[in-house]
Amino acid sequence: MAVLRLDRVSRIHGSGHVQVDALVDVSLSVEAGELVAVMGPSGSGKTTLLSLAGGLDLPTAGSVLVDGSDLATLNRAELARLRRHSVGYVFQQFNLIPGLTAAENVSLPLELDGVNRKEAYGAAVDALARLEMAGLENRFPDDLSGGEQQRVAIARAIIGDRRLLLADEPTGALDSMTGETVLRLMRRHCDNGGAAVLVTHDARFAAWADRIVFLHDGRVVDEAMASTPESLLADGTAL
Amino acid sequence: MSVPMSLLAMLEEGPMYGLEMKHEFERRTGGVWPLNVGQVYTTLGRLERDGLVAFDGDRDGNKTYVITADGRASLEDWFGHPVQRESPSRDELVLKLLVASNAPGVDVSAVIRSERRASIEQLQQYTRLKTDSSTDADVEWMVLLDSLIFKTEAIVRWLDVSEARFASDPRHVSQPKGPMPAEPLLDQPSMPERGK
Repeated sequence: MAVLRLDRVSRIHGSGHVQVDALVDVSLSVEAGELVAVMGPSGSGKTTLLSLAGGLDLPTAGSVLVDGSDLATLNRAELARLRRHSVGYVFQQFNLIPGLTAAENVSLPLELDGVNRKEAYGAAVDALARLEMAGLENRFPDDLSGGEQQRVAIARAIIGDRRLLLADEPTGALDSMTGETVLRLMRRHCDNGGAAVLVTHDARFAAWADRIVFLHDGRVVDEAMASTPESLLADGTAL
Repeated sequence: MSVPMSLLAMLEEGPMYGLEMKHEFERRTGGVWPLNVGQVYTTLGRLERDGLVAFDGDRDGNKTYVITADGRASLEDWFGHPVQRESPSRDELVLKLLVASNAPGVDVSAVIRSERRASIEQLQQYTRLKTDSSTDADVEWMVLLDSLIFKTEAIVRWLDVSEARFASDPRHVSQPKGPMPAEPLLDQPSMPERGK
C-alpha cells in the first residue's frame, strides 16, 4: 500500500473568468522507502500539492490517500489525528517555537498526542541523537545554526514514527553543504522505511530523490527517474 | 588538467621516481584520472629539458627527480593565477535550442523538457555515487563529484531560464502537449569510476 496516493487530483480556486487551476488532474503515488521530488517554476502548483498531501487543504476533484485513508472521508478530529500520527512537515524557515528548547520543540507533537512529558522528552532526545544533534538538546533555536535548526525541524517532523515527511524547500535557507546534510537525513528516513515528498527549485537537491516530478501550470509535464548507477558503472567510462 | 604542474607539486614535497609519482597522482585525484607510467616519464623528460626538474640519481634502481628553482617559480605562478579557460565553444545543446526555436513544427519547450529530464537523471546518477559514499569518504572523490554535479545543475538552471524566456516571447508560442523530440543530448552519461 502506498504511503501517499494522489488519484486524479485537481484544486481549483474561484470560478468563471477568475478561476485559477492550481492543480489539474495530478496522480502520484509514493511508496514506503521512496523519496519523490517535485520541481517546477513558481506558481506551478508545488506547494498546493504538498498542502493536499498533508490534508491542510482538500481537492476539488480526485482523492488523496495517506496510509490508505481517503482524507475526504475523515472528520476534523480524524484528520488531525492522522496528521499527528502519519505526516510530518519541514519548511524553509524551520518554524521552531523560539521559547522552547530543541528537545521541547521535538517532543511537543508527542505531548499534544497525550504521551507523558518524561517519555516524550526521552523520545525527543533519542530522535535528536539520531540526527547527530546529541548534546544540543537544551539549546534554544536562537542558539542553533540554520542547519541545526533544520535538523530539529526534521526530528520534530518524524518523531512518533510518522512515515510521511513533506518538505517545502527545506534547503532554501541553507548553504550547499548544510543542504546536503538535510538531504542525507531525508534519504536516510526513506531508506529506513519512511516516505517523503520534497518540493524544491534546486536540481542539485532534487537529484537525491528516487523520482522527480515536474509541474507546470498545475499539471505534471514530465518525470525523471535515473537507472541504478551500479549498472552504469559496470559499463562506465573513466574520465 | 595540467599533469606537468601536478608532478611539480609532488616533487615540491621531496624527490620521487616515476612509479611513485603515478601512484601519488592517482591517489590525490581519487583514482579518477589514471596515469600511464610511460606518460609520467615522458612528462618528466620534458620538464628536465625545460630545466624545471633535475635528475637526482638512482634509488632502488629507479631514476629519481627533484624540482629546480625554475620549477618552483613555475609552480608558484600556476597556483597564483586563475586557470585560463577556453573561449566559449559551439556547445551542441545551445545550438540545438537556438535552432529549435526557429525550426518549423518543433516545440522548443518539449526539446527543453527532454534535455532537462536527461540532465536531472545524470544528476541523480552522480548523487547516488555520493550517497553510496560515507560522509568521511575521500575528499578528492567528493570534490570531483561536486564538480560534475554543479556543472550539470548549471545546465538545468540555464534550461529553466531558457524555457521561461521562450514562453514570454510572443514569437514562441509554447505547446505543452507537443510531441517529444528524439533523443536528448545527455541520454548516455559517462560515469566516473572510482579508483581502486
